[in-house]
Amino acid sequence: MTATTTRTPDGIEIADREDARSILRHGRARGAGSAGPWAARAGRYLLRRPGLVVAGLVLLLVAAWAAAPAVFASGDPITGVPADRLLPPSAEHLFGTDHLGRDVWTRVVHGASLSLRTTALAVVVGLVVGSALGLLAGFLRGWVDDVVGRAVDVLLAVPSILLSLAIITALGTGPTKIAVAVGVGAVATFARVMRAEVLRTSTSVYVEAARASGARWWSVLGRHVLPNSAGPVLALVALEFGGAVLAVSALSFLGYGTPPPTPEWGSLISGGRDYLATAWWLTTLPGLVIVAVVLSANRVARALETTGEDQ
Amino acid sequence: MARYVARRAAQGLFVLWAAFTIAFFVLYLLPSDPAALAAGSGGEVASVDPALLDDLRARYGLDRPVLVQYADALGGAVRLDFGPSYQSGAPAGSLVAQALPQTLLLTGVALALAVLGGTALAVASVLPRSRWLRQVLSALPPVGVALPTFFIGLVLLQWLSFRAGLLPAIGNAGWQSLVLPAVTLAIPPGAQLAQVLSRSLRGTLGEPYVETARAKGAGRLRVQLGHALRNAAIPAFTMLGVLVGGLLGGAVVTETVFSRVGLGRLTVQSVNTQDVPVVLAVVALSALVFVVTTLVVDLLYPLLDPRIERAPTRKAVAA
Amino acid sequence: MTQVQEDRAPARVDADATPVLEVEGLEVGYRTRDGQVYRAVRGVDLRVRPGEVVALVGESGSGKSTTAHAALHLLARGGSVTGGRIRLGGRDVSDLTEREWQAVRGREVGLVPQDPTVSLNPVQRVGDQVAEVLVIHGLARRREARRRAVTLLEQAGVPDPAARARQYPHQLSGGLRQRVLIAVAIAAGPRLVVADEPTSALDVTVQRRILDHLETLVRDRGTALLLITHDLGVAADRADRIVVLEHGVVVEEGTADEVLGAPRHPYTRQLIAAAPSLADGRLVASGPTATATGAPAAPAAEVAPVLELVDVRKEFPRPRGAAGARSLVAVDGVSLRVDRGTTYALVGESGSGKSTTARLALHLEQPTAGRVRFRGEDVTGARGETLRRLRRGFQVVYQSPYASLDPRFTVAEVIAEPLRAYGVGTRVERAERVRELLADVALPADAARRSPRELSGGQRQRVAIARALALRPDLVVLDEPVSALDVSVQAQILDLLVRLQAEHGLTYLFISHDLAVVRRVADHVGVLHDGRLVEQGTAEAILLDPREDYTRELVAAIPGRRPRPRTAPAAAR
Repeated sequence: MTATTTRTPDGIEIADREDARSILRHGRARGAGSAGPWAARAGRYLLRRPGLVVAGLVLLLVAAWAAAPAVFASGDPITGVPADRLLPPSAEHLFGTDHLGRDVWTRVVHGASLSLRTTALAVVVGLVVGSALGLLAGFLRGWVDDVVGRAVDVLLAVPSILLSLAIITALGTGPTKIAVAVGVGAVATFARVMRAEVLRTSTSVYVEAARASGARWWSVLGRHVLPNSAGPVLALVALEFGGAVLAVSALSFLGYGTPPPTPEWGSLISGGRDYLATAWWLTTLPGLVIVAVVLSANRVARALETTGEDQ
Repeated sequence: MARYVARRAAQGLFVLWAAFTIAFFVLYLLPSDPAALAAGSGGEVASVDPALLDDLRARYGLDRPVLVQYADALGGAVRLDFGPSYQSGAPAGSLVAQALPQTLLLTGVALALAVLGGTALAVASVLPRSRWLRQVLSALPPVGVALPTFFIGLVLLQWLSFRAGLLPAIGNAGWQSLVLPAVTLAIPPGAQLAQVLSRSLRGTLGEPYVETARAKGAGRLRVQLGHALRNAAIPAFTMLGVLVGGLLGGAVVTETVFSRVGLGRLTVQSVNTQDVPVVLAVVALSALVFVVTTLVVDLLYPLLDPRIERAPTRKAVAA
Repeated sequence: MTQVQEDRAPARVDADATPVLEVEGLEVGYRTRDGQVYRAVRGVDLRVRPGEVVALVGESGSGKSTTAHAALHLLARGGSVTGGRIRLGGRDVSDLTEREWQAVRGREVGLVPQDPTVSLNPVQRVGDQVAEVLVIHGLARRREARRRAVTLLEQAGVPDPAARARQYPHQLSGGLRQRVLIAVAIAAGPRLVVADEPTSALDVTVQRRILDHLETLVRDRGTALLLITHDLGVAADRADRIVVLEHGVVVEEGTADEVLGAPRHPYTRQLIAAAPSLADGRLVASGPTATATGAPAAPAAEVAPVLELVDVRKEFPRPRGAAGARSLVAVDGVSLRVDRGTTYALVGESGSGKSTTARLALHLEQPTAGRVRFRGEDVTGARGETLRRLRRGFQVVYQSPYASLDPRFTVAEVIAEPLRAYGVGTRVERAERVRELLADVALPADAARRSPRELSGGQRQRVAIARALALRPDLVVLDEPVSALDVSVQAQILDLLVRLQAEHGLTYLFISHDLAVVRRVADHVGVLHDGRLVEQGTAEAILLDPREDYTRELVAAIPGRRPRPRTAPAAAR
């Protein structure tokens, strides 16, 4: 009597209506993915998503640049060889050289550290403040929700770059201040997503079932609500990371980051503006690095989102 | 209906007031001394003659209690008076008003480009029979959102102005000078719209009512444009407010890249010189634009979606 | 509506006429995400003659819906016909292009879809949606089509059709929407209508009216009807012939009388046996397990009832700005008592307030007025720790075994959660109790380490029951515990519930919309309608001899109870 599941000759289990529906929508039924060890499953998953693999590798590569730039570019990012000024890309200088004869590749690799640290700090600021607000709003609801909701409205009403600029006006310039400014701009999004997720899980039947079986609220929060809300927030972290790379580079491009000659991606491109007509590589190649990082972060975010949907 | 409009307008006014208040306290209460900023010392009090500081404090009313200053500023803002610029001494409000028309022109053209282009791209990435073509087209929006605005601008400048000499590189003269900045500004929000719309369109195409339409014998175009697109447009429509805000923000970078006169350039100059009254005016203006846009979206919403007889609440818009 | 039954004409079926639908050796495969092909339909033969009603019956995954959709060339994404022929009115349509199919769909075959609430375009007026069929097939110009749409809506049984035609789907009830969809299906005068579980999303009384109407309509027009259903009762009531599918294969086919009266295939017999009906009595626990702590029928007057609701009322505030009164009365003056060891079933249609009553009993909602007594103690306003102490005594099993288990937990964690919450036992003792409970609900011990996602719906519901029993409660509230399950699984879960009740002396408050299911388990029945208890009494009294009109209507609407004045030798093969 226990085996209510039936197995078709093809080996696909269909137990009931919801399974049939899920087969029509997503292909294989539940349990199907759980065949084989974890590593083999992950391997199959990635094999079918070459774009995701490339995106992951790009992010790993720039993280490695940030951690150990000298391994990837042994030259000096600050002082150049005046004789080698404005050389186009070649085998010797992959990204060419700038007006002081500095190797652009070296500067891009060495700039990764500062750019990524600023970006990461911005995301952390947005994540911590935003999800704390969203968690409070979604779990406590009532007037807390109203207050947070209004605050999010107000933050959304000012375009994030103008918000960042206002903060920079008050705080002054520099990478840490840029990070705070960009992070504040991301607070609203994190708060919104976290609130929606917490609301979704905390009104779900299994949370009510936990409450009905006598679990206390903090145990419901810690054991059910938070773990089940984490997925979309994680996807948002990846997405906002891409967004923060764009925002940080835009603010450094405008000149609010580190003063030259310290290499940083946005200011690197800004420095190439004066040679737009003659030395295309000064702007285009570092720009493409930024695009690659943002594209990769967005791709990873999408993958995280869809794995969340499967659950 | 009138009551509903009044309530939404009141909510809008609240957002406007709160945005102004937050911006005021951020700009006036954070570490730098506004008088030192006005003296042009970059906020370093020590390097400025104390007498000059006192003089400036008196001139800008900074010697009064903060709440009095705030009440004064709020009262002024209602009359569109944001006080004199620290930099030029001209009224901040009129500086903004002077810069506004050029930026409105730029963002207006860019908005039209973004909406038309984004919608066309979203439809084109779902419509064609060829699976290959659909895949190529649907790969475009993610690339578009990953492009930094300044990078788009610089690349366009490089190839279309400097290399091909097709269009002027800088300035505000004539429609030719508008083309590149408008395209630059339109690409990221257009791609964002295309992403949201094509995702929504794909979701809509799996809805049971689309199957009903197919079971009637409806052809591809009728199903996808007649039934699916209108439903899919609903979530995309709600992002219009964010889109317009994004365009204003993008104008900051775009006008800098193309050396255009406008609100964006004014903002950058004011931030560079820490010209607090002008920055406050710009922030207040952008909040006003957002509030008005969302109000219009809210009021038009029932026309698009008959299920919403009284337009969505604040939360429905934010979600 | 009763006339329909009496006027029911014997099927005018001409055995020699060309079948309107002829399916031969149909094979349909779905390409799954990991590149395999799932064969949903394997060699199905099917014939529908003009004017005939054929029911395609099967449980989930039987391929019944897939077969029907293949007949309209409307398979879900990833699905394709991999073999066999389909003929419509004698014309082979297997190799038609998509464009040629467009001329067939709607014109020659109409579809009545599964869920009326989501099958109409929400932003288009319903009249226009009916008119669209006529416009697509060039049967009328727009203005003329609109006029004819009103007539069609009237034929489909939509009252005040001219006004309804100008409304949007969200302004109509589920039943009315299904009538609109019927109007869409018959608009172009097709020779075959395919109805895919047309009423499974609707209440029984509405279901009966819709099916009556659909049947009259197709019989009057001489249209053939292919009715897809999981409900043998519906098939028995409506069909001339029944085709039973299991795992994409036809296991039995014949006239309704043949299939239901003398089933040959074991699967058909199993289906018939599992289908609950009023004719069956209450299930009793069998075997040596009946070491009951409390005898089922304890003398009610002596001991306090386990649960007593006294004149409870629950109002919900309406969202600001919504039309109508300030608040919505979900439950209105309900009084009931549930005695130890018995089952009280609360029945009603959607919106009747039965789930709210259950939530009041569980203290998940506070009543606006009235008292709730638990084991004789007034617990109406209990909160905080008092409430938590009380909760040990009453537990709940929800309708959806998918939503009620945290997807991140293992089965053991799910079952042990109430024990953890009350700090019962050590880790080892809790594990021991989980093993015990798994055995109680007849799940293998190794299920403990698995994720609920790896289990079937019936198995998950067993897990939910085990969780409810973990604290040895007095009262278990069962909120539609079997309505998401296939009939054969349903029967097993009902057996389990009855056995557990006898073994542990449990008291059940059983919420259900399905009277036939209620008949299997209930000692007492209360009928809810619009928040009011219209009638209550013993199960026999209410179900077999109802006093109130509403209860009578409910009982009459149960599928499978229709008289069959059948003289249909012509329908036999």
